[in-house]
Amino acid sequence: MEETTKRELVLHVNGERRSIVTRQAETLLFVLRDGLGLTGAKPGCLNGDCGACTVLVDGTPIKSCMMLAIETVGKEITSIEGLDDAPIQHAFVRHFAFQCGYCTPGFIMNAHALIERHPNADEATIQEWLESNICRCTSYQEIEAAVKEVLEAKKAKPTDP
Amino acid sequence: MVPFDFAYYRPQSIAEATALFAALERDGKRPLYYGGGTEIITLSRLNLVRTAAVIDIKSIPECRALEASADPLVLGAALALGELEEANPFPLLTKAAREVADRTARNQITLGGNICGQIFYRETALPLFVAEADVIIAGPYGIRQCRFLDLFHQQLQLGRGEFVVQFKVDRATATLPHFHRKRRKQGEVGYPLVTIAALKKDGTVRVALSGICPFPFRSADVEAHLNDRNRPVGERIQAAVDAFPRPILHDIEGSADYRLFVAAQLLEDMLRELGDGETV
Repeated sequence: MEETTKRELVLHVNGERRSIVTRQAETLLFVLRDGLGLTGAKPGCLNGDCGACTVLVDGTPIKSCMMLAIETVGKEITSIEGLDDAPIQHAFVRHFAFQCGYCTPGFIMNAHALIERHPNADEATIQEWLESNICRCTSYQEIEAAVKEVLEAKKAKPTDP
Repeated sequence: MVPFDFAYYRPQSIAEATALFAALERDGKRPLYYGGGTEIITLSRLNLVRTAAVIDIKSIPECRALEASADPLVLGAALALGELEEANPFPLLTKAAREVADRTARNQITLGGNICGQIFYRETALPLFVAEADVIIAGPYGIRQCRFLDLFHQQLQLGRGEFVVQFKVDRATATLPHFHRKRRKQGEVGYPLVTIAALKKDGTVRVALSGICPFPFRSADVEAHLNDRNRPVGERIQAAVDAFPRPILHDIEGSADYRLFVAAQLLEDMLRELGDGETV
């Protein structure tokens, strides 16, 4: 049988093909940060609780501390570095939706996916999605306001990205 | 962050998966079948799981089946709970799934993983108990189909090298009147003090619970008391609570007495909502 150490993986990250040799048991979070230099996804609890490490895999928010990098071969990974002037980024700034900022990349990735997947999200859906992330500075109201602003703007101008 | 190495395999068929398991077992790798991976990864970090090989079942088509318009419904074990929620083929299962972990985690946690993992609440088992679902199991001796409840004694009794492929749920049963409540110590995300899933068929209530004992259960004795209409509802509920299996969980999430108190309240709510609580 095959040995259990390292393997070369080709990952599609933020629109680029990235090749890396890594342990098969390595999580996506540490491959992104230590292998590819993409330090936007943050290590927080490393237990799937805090959401600071959230990235998108084929557009779906995933806690990258709980997914193996090798599972994402053939999928499109988007980290915070891959967002380019997304409306939710500007809305976070406008609403001061952060204090220390450590949770921000995870919140933004989750909120971005929510807006893309559920442009008509109601209050309950917004709450359900945002419960996946923890902010210890408790900027929750500002974060929720930022998400709602983008949803409203999207409804008003449905052709906007 | 997994503090040891393992090899990762992604078979494309049931036969390939079971053959891989046998070969890895012979090589002393102590392989694990791998669904969403959330529990294997997080428990590995705490040195509560150790393996030299994982076999990811997410590329096996049967494990990814979602036949929502078939009869019976077919629900693949490798479906993420989030996928089940969005497709909503079995509303009571959707309600149970929506209370597990959080929305993002449910994009990874699978139906099979929630039921076969180490964390003992296994709340998506409850709707499958009361719907009297069948489970399809693959292993070294082929594929077998059994009544899920018959094979579940505190946990699913899988042989070495076996894994769950699918669940099958009678389509009419999946649409019956039902009740689901999860009560936590606090907050909206977390393990239960008590979770109840129930449905009513032919005037009889079927009920399954998690959070009471260190295993989920459906009990014929409990149901017999709840359905005994010769007695006042209060007596029926007390007799049902007295008939719960033991031990009752008594930990930082909630004392045994408090869990039983909450369970009794939820049973009352259930009887009322399912139209059987006129005298409550």
